[in-house]
Amino acid sequence: MDIEATLPSPAVDARASRRIYRHRLPVRLMHWINVVCLTVLLMSGLNIFNAHPALYWGQESTFAQPWISFGARNTAAGPVGYTRIAGHEFDTTGVLGLSTSPSNGQPMARAFPWWATIPGGQWLAMARHWHFFFAWIFVINGVLYLLYTIISKHLKRDLVPTRDELRNIGRSVIDHLKFKHPTGDAATRYNVLQSLAYLIVIFGLLPLVVICGLAMSPRIDAVFTGWVALLGGRQSARTLHFLAAFGLLLFVVVHVAEVFIAGVWNEMRSMITGWYAVPEERVTQEAKP
Amino acid sequence: MKKTFTLMRARQRDRRQLLRGAVAAAGSAMLAGCDRLSQNEAFVDTLKSAQQLNRAAQKIVAPRPAMAQEFGPADVAQTFRSNGTLNPGDADYVALRDGGFSGYKLSVGGLVAKPAEFTLEQLKAMPSRTQITRHDCVEGWSCIGKWKGVQLGPILDLVQPTPEAKFVLFRCFDSMEGPSLDGRDSRYYESIDFDDAHHVQTILAYELNDKPLPVSNGAPLRCRVERQLGYKQAKYIRAIELVESFAAIRGGKGGYWEDEGYSWYGGI
Repeated sequence: MDIEATLPSPAVDARASRRIYRHRLPVRLMHWINVVCLTVLLMSGLNIFNAHPALYWGQESTFAQPWISFGARNTAAGPVGYTRIAGHEFDTTGVLGLSTSPSNGQPMARAFPWWATIPGGQWLAMARHWHFFFAWIFVINGVLYLLYTIISKHLKRDLVPTRDELRNIGRSVIDHLKFKHPTGDAATRYNVLQSLAYLIVIFGLLPLVVICGLAMSPRIDAVFTGWVALLGGRQSARTLHFLAAFGLLLFVVVHVAEVFIAGVWNEMRSMITGWYAVPEERVTQEAKP
Repeated sequence: MKKTFTLMRARQRDRRQLLRGAVAAAGSAMLAGCDRLSQNEAFVDTLKSAQQLNRAAQKIVAPRPAMAQEFGPADVAQTFRSNGTLNPGDADYVALRDGGFSGYKLSVGGLVAKPAEFTLEQLKAMPSRTQITRHDCVEGWSCIGKWKGVQLGPILDLVQPTPEAKFVLFRCFDSMEGPSLDGRDSRYYESIDFDDAHHVQTILAYELNDKPLPVSNGAPLRCRVERQLGYKQAKYIRAIELVESFAAIRGGKGGYWEDEGYSWYGGI
C-alpha cells in the first residue's frame, strides 16, 4: 500500500529520496494493540471516576477536602459545572461537572462528559468490565513488548540515547522549539528528546499506572500486607493512577502532534507497513559559503 | 503564481477539514460502537470473563492466609461513611429496631448438618475479633473503621456445612427498591466462597468504633470481608444460608448488585 502515491502535493514527494524499514512487525502490532487498550482504558476509567469524582491523598477519603473534585450546582443563572482544585473553583460548564446529555440535550451533572467515557452513559458496572478486560490485554501486550525490546536489542539500539546525544540535548530542545525536524541520516534515528519521552513512558508512566491500578484492589493489597503505604495509601494510589493516566494522555497529544508536524502520511505508513521515507537533508538552508 | 498559491491554500484547507471531519466521524462511530457492544450479550460475557481471570490470578498471588492491612486507632475516620440503604423501612426490621434488636435471631441454615439460630447476646458471648481496616467502595472512596464481631469460620464449624455447600449466602432485611406491592423480592443479598468465609478477618460485626453498630452501617449485624469491595459487605443480615450454587436464587448472579451487572468477585 503506497499512500504517498495518492498525495496531491508534489512537494512531499520530492523530499523523500530513500526509504528505510523503520518499525518491525512486532513493534507495529504491539503499538496498535496499545492504542486500542489505552483508548478504552482511559475512557472506561473516566466513567469509573465519574462514580466518585473526587481525589484524595493518603489511605482514606477525607470527604470534605478532596484535592480535586468535579461537580454541578444551581445558581440564579442556571446550573453550572465546576472543577475545584485545592479550594479554588473554576467554572467548567459544558465539559467538566456539567455537560449536555446526548439523549435529550439537557444539561446533566457529570464529571467527564459522555463523549469522553465508555460507555457513554453513566454505568459503573459496565465500565469496570471494559476496564479490567482491556487491562489484561494491555499488561500482557506491555510485558511482551518489554521482553521484545530487550531480546531484540531494540531498547539498546534505538531507544537508549548515546552519550553524545545526551550531551547535545540543548540543541535538540532548540530544534524542537523551532519545529525543526531532523533530516537525512539524523532522521533515521529517534532524536534524544523523543527517546527520553519514550523511556519515561515505557519505564515510568506505564508501570506506574499499572501498579497504582493494582493498589486499588483490596485483594492485591493483601499480597504483602501494607505495601500500598509505599505509594502513600490507597487514595494516593487512586490519585497517582489518575495523574499517570493524564500524563499518558499528554504524551499521546504531543506524540500525535509530532506525527502531524513530521508528516502524517509518512509517519502513519511507517507504523503500518514499516517503511519510512527519509526526509532529504536541508542543503539549501544548512550549507555555508 | 498567486492563483496557484490560493489553490494550494484552498486544497490545504480542504484537506484539513476532511481530516477533522474524518477524525470526528471515526470518534463518534467508535463511541456508538462501544455503546452498542455494551448491549451485546456475547460481547459483555467476553468482557466479564476477565473477572474469572482476576479471581484466579488474585487467589494465586494473595492466597487464603493473606491479610488485609490493619491500621492503628489514630487512622480511624471520625464518621464512618454509610452508603446504600441507610435505614430499612421493611416492617420486620422496623419492629426489631424499635425493640433495640432484643428479638433478633440470626438463622444459619441451608446445606448444613445442624441448622442453628443465634441471638445477638449469644453472638456477643462468643470469642470476638477486633480489627481496624479500610473499607473500599466500588465507587472509589475509602474509609477506615474499627470493627468488632464474631468470626464467621467458627460459626460455620458449629453448623457443619455438608460437602455440597460451596457458598455462604447472606440474606438481608433491606429492600433495595422500596416495599414491594407485587411481592417482588428486592431485599439485599450477597454471597462469598469458603475461601473468604474462613478467612481470619471475615467477621459478623456488631460494633463499629467501640459502639453498637449504627443503623446506617447495618445494625444489628453486618459482614466484613476485608479483601473485597464494599458491596460484598452485607449489612442488616437476616439469615445465612449455605448453598451449592446461587444460579436459581433471584437473578442468579449471587447478589443484589451482581444481578444489576456488577462482578460477583469483588476483590478488585
